[in-house]
Amino acid sequence: MATEIVSDTHEAMEKLRIQKDSEDTRTMMLNMGPAHPAMHGVIQIKAELDGEMVRGCDIEIGYLHRGFEKECEVGTYTQCFPYTDRLNYVSPLINNFSFALCVEKMMGLEVPERCQVIRVLMNEISRISDHLTCVGASAMELGAFTVFLYMIKAREWLWELVESVTGARLTISYARIGGVKADLPKDFEGRCRKVIKDTAEVIEECDSLLKRNRIFYDRVKDVGVISAQRAMEYGITGPFLRASGTGYDVRKAQPYSGYENYDFDVPVGENGDSYDRYLVRMEEMRQSIRIVEQALDRLPEGPTNVDPQGELISPELMADLGKFGRTKGLLTNEALLEPTLEGSGQRQRPGIAAESVDAWIPAKEQTYSNIEALMQHFKIVMDGHGVRPPKGECYVPTEGANGELGFYIVSDGTDHPYRVRCHPPCFPIMAALSEILVGDQVADIIPTFGSVNMIAGELDR
Amino acid sequence: MAEDSITLKKLREQFGDSIIESHSRLGQDTAILPKKVLLEAARMLKEDPTLDYNFLMDVTAVDHFKRRPRFEVVYHFYSLNHNHRLRLKVPVGGESPEVPTLTGLWPSANWYEREVWDMFGISFQGHPDLRRILMYESFEGHPLRKDYPFDKRQPLVGETE
Repeated sequence: MATEIVSDTHEAMEKLRIQKDSEDTRTMMLNMGPAHPAMHGVIQIKAELDGEMVRGCDIEIGYLHRGFEKECEVGTYTQCFPYTDRLNYVSPLINNFSFALCVEKMMGLEVPERCQVIRVLMNEISRISDHLTCVGASAMELGAFTVFLYMIKAREWLWELVESVTGARLTISYARIGGVKADLPKDFEGRCRKVIKDTAEVIEECDSLLKRNRIFYDRVKDVGVISAQRAMEYGITGPFLRASGTGYDVRKAQPYSGYENYDFDVPVGENGDSYDRYLVRMEEMRQSIRIVEQALDRLPEGPTNVDPQGELISPELMADLGKFGRTKGLLTNEALLEPTLEGSGQRQRPGIAAESVDAWIPAKEQTYSNIEALMQHFKIVMDGHGVRPPKGECYVPTEGANGELGFYIVSDGTDHPYRVRCHPPCFPIMAALSEILVGDQVADIIPTFGSVNMIAGELDR
Repeated sequence: MAEDSITLKKLREQFGDSIIESHSRLGQDTAILPKKVLLEAARMLKEDPTLDYNFLMDVTAVDHFKRRPRFEVVYHFYSLNHNHRLRLKVPVGGESPEVPTLTGLWPSANWYEREVWDMFGISFQGHPDLRRILMYESFEGHPLRKDYPFDKRQPLVGETE
């Protein structure tokens, strides 16, 4: 048995043909990807086959050439948010909040309670939509197209909800350092409750289609097995780790955004195979629905953003109406000018004293109508001013849909991050994948790969 | 000053003189070690039952362009049983910076170290398969270095062959 992997498929096939009659047999090289209907993105799996069995494999993750970490060094902290949107394009809100949490921790900012609840709410909505996409897509790759359509239908409802809150479906840029972009729309609660109820029905419907389906069961049961110990050594987190029996969840272990106040369970599997990963994801969606319901129940009135002194601003001030010309008489308003900006008047306006202001963008109406707010706006937006965390570094882990999503930020005291590192949850899973696949058959690559929930934007940043 | 965590205490007991710095700002334990004790420290972190760091969560590097030594390799550890974290930093510099690999202790180090090599050009002594992971083989330079000329062009894939 030859052990080396022959690098070229044609060459390998040719050799195989020539040696057909000889006693010496060789392994065959099979390329899956970089463009394969069941491979997400530009992943290429170079599998070494012995008959139908995978003997070894090498995984190329390709490159999107976005350079997230490099781009972040160029812009200001606030300008990083659009980049974080594009890390995991199925649940961008989680990435947004995760980045904001890290900067807030460095600056010692505590966001108001309403903002925390909104963040939890949007986090869980994103988690459901992420799992719906993952389970739906991997079911489709195994032939269950109906399930895919049903799940994408439910995801569509959730995305409509996200759209009504953030103004976009994927490129949301909703988080701000110290708060969120805008408050929830007025009729949000009612719509959200309806969508959550409908989604729960879709989940149960799809579960009944898949769970005891002979074809689905046979193709995912005992496939792509990884033990809890091995998963930990590879640094795998999230549903992939939990399916093998270890109940590690950042929301429980090191709660953030007030997750400790919610009542939910962490589902844990037993065998660490694709079937358990499916079950864990389905159960996680049900738990997320529970969290969303609790968040809606407790949603407190009040501000959504912090002001520079850590005090609260009322949400009405944050309305963005002025920008759209919907504020009556805005253009004819007289600006409230401060006679002596550095003089006596400053004392009465501690909230807008430019030196001490950290992360507060004033309401647009304020910006248009008084000079202090205008200055504050520029102080946050202009290059060379901006949000400035103190010198130092910080790593904040959060529970992304796939596992631990962490941001590590190094600040040199300026308004540009010195270094931003994103710890993507699917990177360690892809690292372990070659080991997981060995010993399985060629057809098993697809359900196993589907259960990784590989997101290219996050994988190579 | 707050009480030191058990990890920092242990590290200080074991490597008292060689620890360059240790603190827990923002509630995050951080230790800066010279690279000669990295492997020994990592083994202790993994095998000491009171520390029990079973996750190597992340490996990355920071390019302090104007500082000497220039680079810092940053490790993030997590212990599931004790629910504590540690950030370990190893300064390296010179023409061809190099640190020992941790692949023998945590297999997760394999890809992380490949990525650090690809992005920063810090090589890992004893790594079984130190290839580029994100960029292609004929790519020149290491893009996350601060002095990487990002406005210059690169040879296309396969052009150099």
